[in-house]
Amino acid sequence: MGNKQTIFTPEQLDAYQDCTFFTRKEILRLFYRYRDLAPQLVPLDYTDKPAVTLPYELIAGMPELKDNPFRQRIAEVFSEDGDGNLTLDDFLDMFSVLSEMAPRDLKAYYAFKIYDFNNDDYICKSDLEKTVNKLTRNELTPEEVRLACEKVIYEADADNDGKLSLEDFQQMIIRAPDFL
Amino acid sequence: EKDKEDESKEENSSSQQNRASRRKSLQKKPGDGKKAGEEGSRQRERGKKAPTKDQKESENKERKTNKKGKEEENKQKKDRKNSTSSASSNSSDEESLSEEELAMLMEQVEQKKKLISTMRNKPWRMVKKLSVLREAQAFVEKFEGALGKGKGKKLYAYKMMMAKKWVKFKRDFDNFKTQCIPWEMKIKEVESHFGSSVASYFIFLRWMYGVNLVLFGLIFGLVIIPEVLMGMPYGSMPRKTVPRAEQATAMDFSVLWDFEGYIKYSALFYGYYNNQRTIGWLKYRLPMAYFMVGISVFGYSLMVVIRSMARNANESTADGDDDNFVFSWKMFTSWDYLIGNPETADNKFASITTSFKESIVDEQESNKDENIHLRRFLRVLANVLIICCLCGSGYLIYFVVKRSQTFSKMQNVGWYERNEVEIVMSLLGMFCPPLFETIAALENYHPRIGLKWQLGRIFALFLGNLYTFLLALMDDVNEKLAEEDVVKNITRWTLLGHHNSSVENGSTATPPPLDPADVPRGPCWETTVGIEFVRLTVSDILVTYITILVGDFIRACFVRFVNYCWCWDLEAGFPSYAEFDISGNVLGLVFNQGMIWMGSFYAPGLVGVNVLRLLTSMYFQCWAVMSSNVPHERVFKASKSNNFYMGLLLLILFLSLLPVAYTIMSLPPSFDCGPFSGKKRMYEVIQETIELDFPLFVAKIFSYVANPGLIIPAILLMVLAIYYLNAVAEAYQRANTELKKKMQMQREEEKNKRNNKASTNPMLQDLEDLLTPGTKSESHPKQAEDKKTESPTRTSPVGKHRKAAPLNGIPMTGGRGAAFTPPPHMFMRQPPTLGVWAPYPGQPRPRGHPPGPVLGRGRGQPRY
Repeated sequence: MGNKQTIFTPEQLDAYQDCTFFTRKEILRLFYRYRDLAPQLVPLDYTDKPAVTLPYELIAGMPELKDNPFRQRIAEVFSEDGDGNLTLDDFLDMFSVLSEMAPRDLKAYYAFKIYDFNNDDYICKSDLEKTVNKLTRNELTPEEVRLACEKVIYEADADNDGKLSLEDFQQMIIRAPDFL
Repeated sequence: EKDKEDESKEENSSSQQNRASRRKSLQKKPGDGKKAGEEGSRQRERGKKAPTKDQKESENKERKTNKKGKEEENKQKKDRKNSTSSASSNSSDEESLSEEELAMLMEQVEQKKKLISTMRNKPWRMVKKLSVLREAQAFVEKFEGALGKGKGKKLYAYKMMMAKKWVKFKRDFDNFKTQCIPWEMKIKEVESHFGSSVASYFIFLRWMYGVNLVLFGLIFGLVIIPEVLMGMPYGSMPRKTVPRAEQATAMDFSVLWDFEGYIKYSALFYGYYNNQRTIGWLKYRLPMAYFMVGISVFGYSLMVVIRSMARNANESTADGDDDNFVFSWKMFTSWDYLIGNPETADNKFASITTSFKESIVDEQESNKDENIHLRRFLRVLANVLIICCLCGSGYLIYFVVKRSQTFSKMQNVGWYERNEVEIVMSLLGMFCPPLFETIAALENYHPRIGLKWQLGRIFALFLGNLYTFLLALMDDVNEKLAEEDVVKNITRWTLLGHHNSSVENGSTATPPPLDPADVPRGPCWETTVGIEFVRLTVSDILVTYITILVGDFIRACFVRFVNYCWCWDLEAGFPSYAEFDISGNVLGLVFNQGMIWMGSFYAPGLVGVNVLRLLTSMYFQCWAVMSSNVPHERVFKASKSNNFYMGLLLLILFLSLLPVAYTIMSLPPSFDCGPFSGKKRMYEVIQETIELDFPLFVAKIFSYVANPGLIIPAILLMVLAIYYLNAVAEAYQRANTELKKKMQMQREEEKNKRNNKASTNPMLQDLEDLLTPGTKSESHPKQAEDKKTESPTRTSPVGKHRKAAPLNGIPMTGGRGAAFTPPPHMFMRQPPTLGVWAPYPGQPRPRGHPPGPVLGRGRGQPRY
């Protein structure tokens, strides 16, 4: 293993600390986590910013995401190409947002993106259906799913356009006791 | 592709935004970034030059302004089209311009700095964040030197440097601090297996460990160490010597185990301390220190608990009991993102499914009366049962305590009789919580609410037990006090007799002092109390550990290995594996802490025992939970606002403060042991110190302050202040609910209106749709999208435009603020749309998003 100093330059580390909620040690730990996913792909020297991208299959195998029903969406939202393949920057971004230090507004923003399956900047009924099905592993009948989705839209849709905009979503989720 | 497009757009917008702001501040700065950079470097040169030639200040200034003038001209040439009029006006009064410019620049630099510090809150991609960060940093670097003028410049540069150093130091310190947090990985591991609720217990345990470490440091450093190092050595005086009668057995393990013998006469307990006013060459005032440490243990604990409560209260924005968003919250917040274990995930999926089904059923038949009646009946029944249990346990303890008093008068009692109270209390603590849990299953609450009920009940149980125990102890103390008077006389007579006998012998030399082991002793009730608490704590530790070992580990082993040759499936059937009992563990911890607080005044070593206990239990319980527990069947998340634990802790702290305060204020200390011996009351040590060590006027002031005439008005004032603040808080609360109601009404109204419109005049709707020009429908989605990506940052451009607008660290100003600023007028402006209930998925809806003036303000006009 290389010396800690050779992975990133101090400026890089400082910049990462400015851009994420992590300390130096955590950034390095995350780097090693990232590298452990594919030691043959990721170089130990990041000072010249190699353009390394890890495929989604590797990311989804991480214990943090393995059991998450939304793992694919999470990876897609944070990946640069939208297919779930992450560079180190994206990787750090993802963990920064998901960390407990991130403010709720930021989390709400990304949560919105995650639940917005078809990327049309609204959570519409099809998105909601997908969410419910993922949450319950398709164990609800279509009728129940439809009902639940209708209820959600009825509750949270403030401007009444039949789908949830980011504002609707934030209004709703900021007040949720469970939203961390 | 879309993302890339997005990004380029963002990039574009941000550079444009920078450009706009720069143009505004420097008024005729060329739009191109490179040119700006050039200019910046020139400016920086100037900045560098200035401090070196400080003595030629005035000349320099002149030169500078000249230079500036030239530059101005240059710039003017470069973009004449941009701002000719302002430039000409500028050149007329150069002096004021440069100042103004500097001020603007300064403001801009400040803004950039703010941007840097809030960079992590922006929902941008890392690449963009990095580039913007670099840009901002470069900007700050460049222009920082140029700020300030004349003498102020050097100071400013210095200040900037110090600020930079400070930031760096703070960051390093934070790095260091996070490295110092122990058990982070352990807790994270537990968290990933069992969800955040179990982890919250361990976090609480860790917090408690920190608090206890501080208390231990206080007591150990200020009381125990000085007494051991500088006080009279062991065996030099009666209170520090084992009496003759006990010496034979003082080292036996069975005696030591009861904290008698040598342990009783060690620095672990109150009785060991001497009442000498000052000890050692430092003239350390030990009795005073003892008293002050005893008080500051409570003071520090109170402060810490209340501070963390306040912080939690600030963090929790949610009011929880908002019925508006049942399904939405279920949909979007039910997954615990910390789960990383397939079994837990399975349980979670199942619980989410059932909760969805439940609420759907509830929704479908919301007016199901008999069901509610049944549930109410069950809840009342459960409460009755639990109250019966509580009364029963209270009576049992009372009975046992009474019996133990008769036992204590007898000689030759067995081990069981001596420890009956502790055993019964531990057994009650072991068996009642599961019983309560079984009863609580009748009630069918949400697990989080159920947990609170459970906690409350166990709390009541423990509290009853503790106070019965205390009452028994008080009886004991009173008996000891009566006994003491007798012993006091005996001791005096013994000493006198010894003295007289030596005088009678006719020896002129001083008589050989009586051996300290032979002096008759008082019962020293303080040490007795201390020993009781230490014993209780130790037995509590043992019971906890044995429960874990037997109830969890042995059971898990049994289930795991006997399952191969058993009639039914042990893992799925009756014994199965244990779940981690959050409520019981939390309460155990809280009560243990209460005992520590109560006992630490009479047994300074108790906190050390507790630190050891917490340390071992961290490792032991982590191991136990990972090895032999299964995740909860209904996994639920701990809310961030876990003020409930803290509230319990505060209550216990208060309740444990009461008996200690009572004994300090109104019981006479023993005459022959402890730091306060010889005084009428313990608090007299303060009066003594003030009279002897402070100048006279301090004593006078103190006597005035202690006057009830002053204290009563002060208390009155405090009560009034509390009343006032409470009233204000209530008013806010009312306003809050009022606003909420208004919002709700507005929404309903809007909905109705929209429904009516959509149903009554679709023709008008169609017309309006036709009337919207194609160009508009093209530009709108872009704007909407732009708004979406930029909306969390929209405060910053606003701040740039308005000089005084404060940029608060977090964009989108907190949850509460966002919740309170509904822009209803925004909704009003929105043109009615057709088919509210049947949107076309995937198809971009140009008019769907209101191009509200409020949101668009930061942006200005569309920029194409």
